[in-house]
Amino acid sequence: MSDTKNFMFLNRRAPYGTIYAWESLEVVLIAAAFEQNVSLMFVDDGVYELTKGQDTTGIGMKNFSPTYRTLGDYEVRHMYVDKASLEARGLTADDLVQVEWEDWETEESVDNIVEVVDSDRVAELLEESDVVFSF
Amino acid sequence: MSDLHTVNKSPFEKNSLESCLRLSKAGSAILLYEDGVYGALKGTAVENMIASVVADKKVYVLGPDYKARGLDESRIIDGVEVVDYAGFVDLVEANDKVQAWV
Repeated sequence: MSDTKNFMFLNRRAPYGTIYAWESLEVVLIAAAFEQNVSLMFVDDGVYELTKGQDTTGIGMKNFSPTYRTLGDYEVRHMYVDKASLEARGLTADDLVQVEWEDWETEESVDNIVEVVDSDRVAELLEESDVVFSF
Repeated sequence: MSDLHTVNKSPFEKNSLESCLRLSKAGSAILLYEDGVYGALKGTAVENMIASVVADKKVYVLGPDYKARGLDESRIIDGVEVVDYAGFVDLVEANDKVQAWV
């Protein structure tokens, strides 16, 4: 099992209304634990998963949005957000959580691995991936 | 008396909101809850759908669902009113029946 693959998690659902967003996050954590190259892509309503300031106290559900901010610690190196999806929903990068990343060995660090990209880049990234998991 | 229409799906994923607005009568109350709350935010591709009906239909959004999704109450479309769970119950009681656009 020495093969490392590029896994892409394609997220297209809003959080809370359905279980997809939460399930995706669970599988992301599992894949990262198996030391695969894990990237996340947020398209369509998936961009809603990353809004900051989520407060679920009023609906009696677990707020899992803080978990996204820990993904850098699980060696997730890239989180991409589709620009067109964001714009259609009246959102900008400022509305999204920031995710820090640091390599413990080299001490190389990135302040925010969340990156807004255009459609062409989304297509490219999906094609470059070895496996795309869809949620 | 009129009906309360409820929409709980994202307007970007299903046409529930669009159909609700098209097929409800003037004077209706419309409540956005669960993923339906995304329709209440200003500056989206569907903003005009809501903005064009607020003159003759009363549109509400369920506050706890809106807040859970990290949306800012200062960015709700003008004319849309935020209600809590008690407000939801009041709307059910004040109308003839509830029609759900699932």
